[in-house]
Amino acid sequence: MIAKAYDGLEVLKGVSLAVEQGELISIIGPSGCGKSTFLRCLNFLEIPDRGSVTIKDVTIRRDGGRWRRSDEAQAHRLRAHVGMVFQSFNLFPHRTVLDNVMLAPRKVKHVPTAQAEAEARDLLEKVGLAAMAGRYPATLSGGQQQRAAIARALAMQPDVMLYDEPTSALDPEVAEEVLAVMRALDHDGMTQIVVTHDMRFARAASDRVLYMEGGTIVEQGDPDLMFADPRDTRTRRFLRSIL
Amino acid sequence: MIMRSAVRCLVLLALVMGAFHGPAARAEGAPLRWASDAQANVPFVFHDPAHQNELTGFEYEIAQALGRRLGRPMTFVQNDWDGLIPGLRRGLYTMVIDGIEMTPEHRDAVLFTRPYYVTAERITLRKDQEGLETLAELRGHAVGTLKDTLAERMLRHDPTVRLSSYDEETDAFTDLRNGRLDAVLLDGPIAQYYGTPHPDLKVVGAPIGRIEYGIAFAQGQEAARDEVDQALAAMIADGELHRILARWDLWTSQMADYTGDHGRIEQPPVAWTHYVDAIHPARGWRDYADRYISFLPLIAHGAVLTLAVSACAMVLAVALGLSLALVRRYGPPVVGGLATLYIEIVRGTPLLIQVLFIFYALPGVGIELSPFLAGVLSLGLNYAAYEAENYRAGLQSVPKGQLEAALALNMTQRQALVHVVIPQAFRVVVPVMTNDFISLLKDSSLVSVITLTELSQTYVRLSTTYYDYLGTGLMIGAAYLVLGLPFVRLARLAERKLGSGTHSAHR
Repeated sequence: MIAKAYDGLEVLKGVSLAVEQGELISIIGPSGCGKSTFLRCLNFLEIPDRGSVTIKDVTIRRDGGRWRRSDEAQAHRLRAHVGMVFQSFNLFPHRTVLDNVMLAPRKVKHVPTAQAEAEARDLLEKVGLAAMAGRYPATLSGGQQQRAAIARALAMQPDVMLYDEPTSALDPEVAEEVLAVMRALDHDGMTQIVVTHDMRFARAASDRVLYMEGGTIVEQGDPDLMFADPRDTRTRRFLRSIL
Repeated sequence: MIMRSAVRCLVLLALVMGAFHGPAARAEGAPLRWASDAQANVPFVFHDPAHQNELTGFEYEIAQALGRRLGRPMTFVQNDWDGLIPGLRRGLYTMVIDGIEMTPEHRDAVLFTRPYYVTAERITLRKDQEGLETLAELRGHAVGTLKDTLAERMLRHDPTVRLSSYDEETDAFTDLRNGRLDAVLLDGPIAQYYGTPHPDLKVVGAPIGRIEYGIAFAQGQEAARDEVDQALAAMIADGELHRILARWDLWTSQMADYTGDHGRIEQPPVAWTHYVDAIHPARGWRDYADRYISFLPLIAHGAVLTLAVSACAMVLAVALGLSLALVRRYGPPVVGGLATLYIEIVRGTPLLIQVLFIFYALPGVGIELSPFLAGVLSLGLNYAAYEAENYRAGLQSVPKGQLEAALALNMTQRQALVHVVIPQAFRVVVPVMTNDFISLLKDSSLVSVITLTELSQTYVRLSTTYYDYLGTGLMIGAAYLVLGLPFVRLARLAERKLGSGTHSAHR
């Protein structure tokens, strides 16, 4: 359960979610419903005011107190289990694609350079970018950049992948390259939570869909059931407006 | 403690400045440190025009003679005229010999020996001028002199005189030649050494008033003062002072009256003729070439010092500036606020004040710095504030998503800054940094006020010795350009790399 307010405005009003290993969860909802904030609270890029997050063996509890240095250290431990992909890719522009993927394993986990490079090349192969290893991010297409960003997150061997609108900045045909990678990861058993506007992907690929509005989870369940016959009127109104 | 620090200052000073003092007397006692401003200070203490690395002057010879009598080696300390008495109080040296007039104001500030020289004010004119031979005749004319002198106070009495007070006597004489002044009123020795040898100038009229020069000590140093005063009395009694002054053609009837020594001695004015020969205007290109070539070692020396001060200061400015920018952006609010306060204070006060403050005010709270260290520190602390603003802009130019992506990859904030944010900010700030370094190179001329003879000070010394502002100016300007050139090129290179780095392919 997580609560979060900005300047007294409640963005999250107590959101609870338990995720099974290997699950692919899509979070949908109108702009400003709190779905991105919720996702960013899961790896403490946003600090929730109240509530707790448990991932693997790390639990962080918040009850409105100040965010301390020891809390940041806990968040750092927790992030070791969590990979994240951003809407705007956020690749490091001053490093090549290969260096982007190798950087964190080398600096954080102190993996020897040769080993880090071999693993990075494997991951780039996996996302279809083996030929782009030496290029700088700015020379890649949006879809290629997002796939590189996924490879970069995977290089840290996370248990959970978080995606914050991974395809919103991409053309539909390019978005498909990225979604294909995510489906492949799902197939390999990766636990994934995706904030998305792509209803086709949410319906076809997810194990579970969450509909959020006004800082709460309004409805959740099996994607086919929810898309075919939403129980809540707010869900129905939203789905009707965008489909 | 203070003594030991002062000695350390001097050791560093000597290392940095090279050995400019003449041969030390072969003596057993503790060294006696004395100060003067040897820049454009003919005939008191100055660099021999024929041998620029050697000090000479009638005061220099008096100091050496005193040292021999006291059995103590004399150690010369260069200081700016304005800094001489503050330096005395700071304990940088024991005494000052630099034509300090024994006025009531000065008697309040320092302890004096008996006078070692008595003279009067003299009027210098251009050769083509007539009249203006007395103080009364200067009425309504433009007259130049040195600031804080008896001559200046005399001229103040007449409000119709358009008075210009200079720091350097050579500037007054240059303005007289250029026609900006109608006359220059200055102490006899200065008028004689600047006005007489010059083909365009003449010294006219009778001596005016009476000036006494004394050797100055800090308040409370009665014992040291008395020791030197006794030696001076002995020099007067046995005629050594007479012989020194005669060598410089400076023995006057006033000196005879003061000492009661009305005899004549056989001592040709060899020092005076040596000086007049050495500064004769250059004749023909060979003369010029020889003179300019003789400047080169001095200019190289000044250039090395300028570069050393600037480079050390820049390293400090970069390190401190980056820290300031980082704590302002990522640190706790209190520390960030302090950093902001520091930046505003440093940017809001003149660099010159900061240099003087660090060198002269900090010893009051027990922090004694050598001139070199004080110069590096003041320039570095000052430029750190500007670098901090520069880096802040650079850090702001890095999108927030970069830091988030790095944190999400399980980097610590520190790792994220070091590997992701700062390298990107750096590409933005390098061109500005190189420009800042070139500014710093030029601003380093301000450290000349704390006794460092860097390039600008070298220019002052050379140009005022030879009345040659053009040739030496071009040489010094060229030296600055040569120093700055590599950094201009570096800036270009950085801008080109920046232009291509993030936005196009490297392979």
